[in-house]
Amino acid sequence: MNTTRSAVALISGGLDSMLAAKLMLDQGIHVEGLNIFTGFCVEGHTHAIRNSDRNKQKRNNALWASEQIGIKLHMIEAIEPYKDIVINPRHGYGANLNPCLDCKGFMVGLARKWMEENSFDFIITGEVMGQRPKSQRKSTFPVVARESGAFDRLVRPLSAKLLPPTLPERAGWINRKHLLNISGRSRRKQIELAARYGIDNYSQPAGGCCFLTDESYSRKLQDFWDHRENRDYELDDIMLLKVGRHLRPRADWKLIIARDSGESNYLSGYRSKFAHFAVTSHTGPLSLVEGQIPDDDLEMAARMVARFGSSRNAEQVTVRYTAADGSARDLTVTPMKPAEIEKPWYV
Amino acid sequence: MVRIDHILDARNLICPMPVIRTSEQIAKLKTGQTLEVVCTDPGALEDIPAWCRIHGHEVIHTESRNGESFIQLRIHR
Repeated sequence: MNTTRSAVALISGGLDSMLAAKLMLDQGIHVEGLNIFTGFCVEGHTHAIRNSDRNKQKRNNALWASEQIGIKLHMIEAIEPYKDIVINPRHGYGANLNPCLDCKGFMVGLARKWMEENSFDFIITGEVMGQRPKSQRKSTFPVVARESGAFDRLVRPLSAKLLPPTLPERAGWINRKHLLNISGRSRRKQIELAARYGIDNYSQPAGGCCFLTDESYSRKLQDFWDHRENRDYELDDIMLLKVGRHLRPRADWKLIIARDSGESNYLSGYRSKFAHFAVTSHTGPLSLVEGQIPDDDLEMAARMVARFGSSRNAEQVTVRYTAADGSARDLTVTPMKPAEIEKPWYV
Repeated sequence: MVRIDHILDARNLICPMPVIRTSEQIAKLKTGQTLEVVCTDPGALEDIPAWCRIHGHEVIHTESRNGESFIQLRIHR
């Protein structure tokens, strides 16, 4: 009897995972995609908060990729279990706060669980040997297979010929002859393959698929942790690290100052949870207070906020401070001069 | 006018959470039932219909007003 085998593909939205899934479809495998949201994923919409990014295409790349190759995509949230990966990575961090090897094992582990729950046969990823210094090396591939519990049900179609045969290959579910031997950081072979499949307009994120690989973002996250009793976080905390200027003049509090009206709109969604400042006599950015600001520092903070809007050169500016409990008061201040804002305040 | 069986408030959620919440809600509904999703992330107006297309659910109507998007769906299994 001829049984159609099924594979779950981890779909990031990038080209490699798309090609890996396509190679399996070509071999008659039933493929469905899995996309896992950790809170740190780079997505077009997050960038589209800013006015300057408004004209960029707003699409979820994983959905787009799945639709292009004709597979179902299951999107799951893993914000809570992912915390342990970010806070306590067994294999440490990469150049920034990116726990790439632990992350890969975590994602494949979730795919393995999904595979078992849905009676699928194996897992595929778009990993390419040698493409990422931390997580996609010959020595780390077996680590991911082992720690995820996927073992030899994990297939990397783009580099499979450089790796020992997996169960799907040995059992004849897929033909090793039609798998690939891509390695290294060059994208040439993938781009050629995409052209052969007629795939274009695919996502090519410059900094990878995760904010944790970003130096500026990691610095803000480290600062956030340094000023907390522990390294726990909520989704709102890590989302806010993606938005605005972050200035910390005191250990107890920092300001998140919107850089344009798009960010002000976004931050306005947090007004009920955070104390905040808004310039009322001029147009200016909304600014959230993260931490506990003492009354003695309110004027200083208001002067900082007044510095970052059309009020920057005004003599007198009215800034409304709204405490976390909703009580409000107006402060009349002179905006800080650029030299008064100390460089170390910028997180 | 389509009768809506369930309304999902996905306001103030940013991509991809509106899609995830929609898929979770749809899993609880039966074939033929209708769902209206209310979002503030403008990208949801693209993403939720895309997710419905690849899963075979019907998008009945979409519209945006006052910074909110309304997406009406009918579930198909």
